[in-house]
Amino acid sequence: MEKVKPEHLQELITSFANKDVYIHLETTNGSYAAHFNEGFFNAGAFIRNIVIKYELGKVAGESPHRIGLKLPSGWIYAQGITHYKVDEHGRLLMAGLDPEGKLAVALEISETPFTY
Amino acid sequence: MIKKERHVLVIFPHPDDEAFGVSGTISLYREMGVPVTYACLTLGEMGRNLGNPPFANRETLPQIRKSELKKACEAMGLDDLRMMGLRDKTIEFEDDEKMVQLVTDLMEETNPSLVISFYPGLSVHPDHDASARAVVRAVRRISETERPTLYTIAFANNTIEVLGEPDITHDITTVSKKKFAALQSHASQTVWMMKDMEKKLEAQDPDAMKWFQNERFYTYRWDRDFE
Repeated sequence: MEKVKPEHLQELITSFANKDVYIHLETTNGSYAAHFNEGFFNAGAFIRNIVIKYELGKVAGESPHRIGLKLPSGWIYAQGITHYKVDEHGRLLMAGLDPEGKLAVALEISETPFTY
Repeated sequence: MIKKERHVLVIFPHPDDEAFGVSGTISLYREMGVPVTYACLTLGEMGRNLGNPPFANRETLPQIRKSELKKACEAMGLDDLRMMGLRDKTIEFEDDEKMVQLVTDLMEETNPSLVISFYPGLSVHPDHDASARAVVRAVRRISETERPTLYTIAFANNTIEVLGEPDITHDITTVSKKKFAALQSHASQTVWMMKDMEKKLEAQDPDAMKWFQNERFYTYRWDRDFE
């Protein structure tokens, strides 16, 4: 993955619009957050291989970027995206990595299912 | 001296759980010729360390961790690794009975005299606690006279308050290099920690050194069952 080039990422996100696509969306502080920092309120969410179709997708803000997908009757968004890549399967992988290289958020879009 | 066993079955959810907690012990058993089976439930698919600049992404991490796991097993001399195909961070949401059955099947096949896993409720990560519950439940179903011994690892901040000190201590100084190699094998998880560890070991820091001197366990007590 490399650092987000917003214009290029915008083109990629637009290329998946109006198609059935598989989504991976994840936010995390890691399972050890409240162990190393007692009292830390650990929250996160994870969905994988959910099929959606979005009509409009946008890259917003300076790095770290926000990505929003407008669905016919709903929304998906992720904030904190720093890196991206189109992998060898044509999947758009986006991630928010903190300065230590730990993943905090991931949003991935694919025309084929992700593994389990 | 550690006791010779018929067969040791180790069950943990993540590649690297074994390296931190039992790689010295596994190495000792293997040197004694004791067969050891390691069932690793997931490939740590949800690991957060990807580096910045990144060396991996969410989709490539499992393959990286799989090869690290195999390397760690080589370092310990372990030749029976089972990768159970579950997904990181989802163990507690699997059907409880399915999880017990998974452990039961492993025990029926390997007929262990000793099982090693986490302690339920005192192992910090939800996958650790869920694996531990399945292991305890499966072992509990075996009649008392047939039951393997169960060694558990607990490291929640309140462990000593609840369980006291571990009753089993294995001196692993003769295999400390193997433990170091097992930890190093999981580079995606440990590379930063190991750099720091090397410095501390050179300075003879006691907290760093104890990782390579002893591994400690709580024998699971059926008279103080968690449920």
